[in-house]
Amino acid sequence: MKILTFASRNTKEILRDPINLFFGLGFPLVLILLLSAIQANIPVELFEIAHLTPGVTVFGLSFMTLFSAVIISKDRSSSFLERLYTTPLTPLDFILGYTLPIIPIAVAQSIICYIAGVILGLPITVNILYAVLAIVPVSVLFIGLGLLFGSILSDKQVGGICGALLTNLSAWLSGVWFDLDLVGGAFKKIAYALPFVHAVDMERALLSGDFGGIFPHLWWVLGYAAVVLTLAVLLFLRQMKKG
Amino acid sequence: MVAIKIENLTKRYRDTLAVDCLSLDIAEGELFSLLGVNGAGKTTTIKMLSCLTQPTSGDAFLLGKSVVKEPAEVKKVIAVSPQESAIAAGLTVQENLELICGVHEFPKEKRQEKIGELTAMLGLESVINKKAGKLSGGYKRRLSIAMALISEPKILFLDEPTLGLDVLARADLWDIIRALKGKVTVILTTHYMEEAEALSDRIGIMKDGKLLICDTAEEIKKAAGEDSFERAFINIVRGDAR
Repeated sequence: MKILTFASRNTKEILRDPINLFFGLGFPLVLILLLSAIQANIPVELFEIAHLTPGVTVFGLSFMTLFSAVIISKDRSSSFLERLYTTPLTPLDFILGYTLPIIPIAVAQSIICYIAGVILGLPITVNILYAVLAIVPVSVLFIGLGLLFGSILSDKQVGGICGALLTNLSAWLSGVWFDLDLVGGAFKKIAYALPFVHAVDMERALLSGDFGGIFPHLWWVLGYAAVVLTLAVLLFLRQMKKG
Repeated sequence: MVAIKIENLTKRYRDTLAVDCLSLDIAEGELFSLLGVNGAGKTTTIKMLSCLTQPTSGDAFLLGKSVVKEPAEVKKVIAVSPQESAIAAGLTVQENLELICGVHEFPKEKRQEKIGELTAMLGLESVINKKAGKLSGGYKRRLSIAMALISEPKILFLDEPTLGLDVLARADLWDIIRALKGKVTVILTTHYMEEAEALSDRIGIMKDGKLLICDTAEEIKKAAGEDSFERAFINIVRGDAR
């Protein structure tokens, strides 16, 4: 019950911020509509709806990093966390309380993206459901990044690192906005050493019904999620111990 | 009966000795103030007593429970109102109080009873449905104290509770703190001399992590040979006390 109370507070704090609602739920929708309009005039394979929707869905998760990082860093700077550290909440309560409420928001965001995709011509198949479910491990990775940055950065730094740097990094290195083969070389190698493009490729494979194609991308996503979350928990506990 | 027993409590941060072998007893129901200039060790002492940071050596016992060995037990009997108001800005006053009841796992009936009691005591009824982030400084402090008191702590730590408040808001908060005397053991840190003098049963003055003196305001003035408590504080901290 303690976790639920704390998680419910975090959900309210995130959803009551209109800027969060716009960037978290509205912005990916705007991107799908805008790029589909471009596609209608100048056809590009990359922006075909079946290709675009999974990419934007994954890109939209970078805002989940921002949500979790901002709420944690604000709680640290306002001493709200200090107050909660003197209550019976355990370290596990804090980690789950910050992580769990953002997963449904991430799923809701991906559902909105796929509904938009369907309206714009994406065929309705059971594969959409699989793609939405596969968002859960990807969202854990992005939320873990938020937990990590929120534990070590101030709320102002979080805006720059997660709001600007990470969103750009996950955009350029995910193959959503341009084909990585066009750049190739070291750029492509770096992109494939990071999890973002693997998350996009996994989503695209699921949506197209190529279930074998989700490998090895799923392993990359799960591996990064495990490493990032472990690191985030350690850093959170370290700042908790420092007081 | 002793509420807090501090035994050789020490905290070292690399080359800095923040608190140096502090030993002190604080009685149940006492309002004890810790005074000192910035860096004296007040906040570090409070952080160790409230289990926010581990002592380098020594120990403190809160109602018999060790902050080193039994922090989970200590947390059941304490509450902290930190220097910043430490409230959830996006939640209403009611929701902030419900949050604290929830993390303490109070049953529903008790939550309503405690919220009613605390909002009346701290004069928060008129702002109960207002978002905490939109409250004035005085109301934020009241909410902060209400959030600390709602868990029914036996020991309450108030870290500079009236910092930045106007005269009226400060006077209101003094009345609230006075009303706690005898019911809850209160440890207060402040930079306002008149606040410590007006509210405290006893006052401890710290400098460079050491407790220089610990007594009633009257006895501290006598020891410093001054009529004014502020002058007494300055003399003691400067080492000019007669």
